[in-house]
Amino acid sequence: MFPRPVQQRGPGAVATYQVLLPIALVLWLLPLLGVALTSVRPASDLASGNYFGWPSAFAIENYAAVFQNSPIGRYMLNSLIVTVPTVLGAVALSCLTGFALGVYRFRSNLLIFFMFVAGNFVPFQILMVPVRDMSVQLGLYNSYQGLILFHIAFQTGFCTLFMRNFIRALPRELIEAARVEGVAEWRIFWFIVLPLMRPAIAALSVLIFTFIWNDYFWATVLTTSAATQTVTAGLYSLNGQWIAQWHLVSAGSILAALPPVIMFFAMQKHFIAGLTLGAVK
Amino acid sequence: MTRAALPNARAEAPPRSWWRANQQRLTPWLFLAPGLFMFGLYVIWPIADSFWLSFFDWDGLGEKRWIGWGNYQELRTDPAFYTSLKNNVIWLALYLLAVPAGLMIAIFLNQTVFGIRLYKSLFFFPFVISQVVVGLMFSWFYAPNFGLFYQLIEWITGRGVAVLADPDLVTYGIIAAGLWPQIAYVMILYLTGLNNVSPDQVEAARLDGARGWRMLWYVILPQLRPATFIAVVVTVIGALRSFDLVSIMTDGGPFGSSRVLSFYMFEQALSEYGFRMGYGAAIAVVLFLIMMVFISGFIWKMVRDEREGY
Repeated sequence: MFPRPVQQRGPGAVATYQVLLPIALVLWLLPLLGVALTSVRPASDLASGNYFGWPSAFAIENYAAVFQNSPIGRYMLNSLIVTVPTVLGAVALSCLTGFALGVYRFRSNLLIFFMFVAGNFVPFQILMVPVRDMSVQLGLYNSYQGLILFHIAFQTGFCTLFMRNFIRALPRELIEAARVEGVAEWRIFWFIVLPLMRPAIAALSVLIFTFIWNDYFWATVLTTSAATQTVTAGLYSLNGQWIAQWHLVSAGSILAALPPVIMFFAMQKHFIAGLTLGAVK
Repeated sequence: MTRAALPNARAEAPPRSWWRANQQRLTPWLFLAPGLFMFGLYVIWPIADSFWLSFFDWDGLGEKRWIGWGNYQELRTDPAFYTSLKNNVIWLALYLLAVPAGLMIAIFLNQTVFGIRLYKSLFFFPFVISQVVVGLMFSWFYAPNFGLFYQLIEWITGRGVAVLADPDLVTYGIIAAGLWPQIAYVMILYLTGLNNVSPDQVEAARLDGARGWRMLWYVILPQLRPATFIAVVVTVIGALRSFDLVSIMTDGGPFGSSRVLSFYMFEQALSEYGFRMGYGAAIAVVLFLIMMVFISGFIWKMVRDEREGY
């Protein structure tokens, strides 16, 4: 193990390490802690200059105010409406493409695979004008569907990379054996490969959920009104309205951050497995 | 492969047997069709279309007017373009600090003491949060007069600094905000990598007297190469894609000094001062070509690994 375990350096080292850990963590999360504290600080605290001390009262009313005086509930619902179908669509499409690229050997296999990989890295701006124009032409501009379709298509790149590498690592003998038995190809996919892909599907779902929930660029490009805007784009406009009302901005930020955070803690193992795929050989 | 070569025992209707004979060849294409269609429509074709549009003068609604290299010629003398380009270079250079910083935190956290799992998760926290929220958090952090950072500087030097209002500092302030989640990401890549470092090699090297930096450099880092590769890829792409933080924290200001290419493109194409889609497309093409240099390098290495692996 590297570095040498603190236990091997004696009890003093262990104690020092355990004191250092929380200090390091507080320093690391300082901006987050500051905002979390501000979100429950009564407005009077901010007015009287109590910016860092413990809040004089636990002002849950900030959150109530955010919900009552802004469409943040609507924004969060919009985010959910966009995120869930995107996760389903991108994962479904990439199960298919991943299977095709991971199992079959044909000449353009690598070319198509790397087209997906490369497409996943391009800057969004090169897509922006045509995608926006296309959405306008198709009547999908400023609608959930327009945003969802684009997200599904774009995320298919990353998901294909992920699924294909996952399927590549499955034992090939399973598929070969089924073929010798005369099992149809689509049945091999449905009954043999798909059940084995469950961990990959779980990992990808959490990752894509987080990516799409946190997407800001496409939400600003493809939606304009509070009826369809997701929470990230909504937060931008609210930030403009709430100038210097930091207790509201903070409460709104915490609310917007909450769903992916819950997702992360609930599905931590899958999340990390998805993110670090390829980090070890 | 063997399947198709097997003799067909039962005589079946012609379409069925034709399918049987060709199913191995056709199945991958049927599976690829929906994904390829969507990806082609929303990713591949728009790239080509953006190149095409960059030769036009177009407000997004009216008639497109062909102006040849006009947009690119305008870019050559556009000071805002150079500011954005310069900021992109700064972003790229400083963002790469996330790689060593993430490695350092990973090494710090790679211990087995009580509660360490929770600590690792909490250190990873910033990556899970939306960049919009990260941007708001750092805006609060830097806020003049009462921001934590402002007060800290005031306490040390006697004079606070309003980072986001200072044209010379603003880009660095935004990059620091971007580094926060990026370091967390790199950290988790390295933690996984460290977990898989061969204990035998470490022990052997230790017996040979390797320790500290030498151990890290000669024994650990070579084994972490896959993690380092991914860390560099995601960091470079992240740096060149930076948009959210600039938009949220400063909107490109003050006086356009914190613009990056991705933001400047957006501003030109969809700003309140009029839509200049063609000019925006030209900026996007430049950004795309810059990124292609890196993407090609990454893909080239991945193709090489792929050929060796199979």
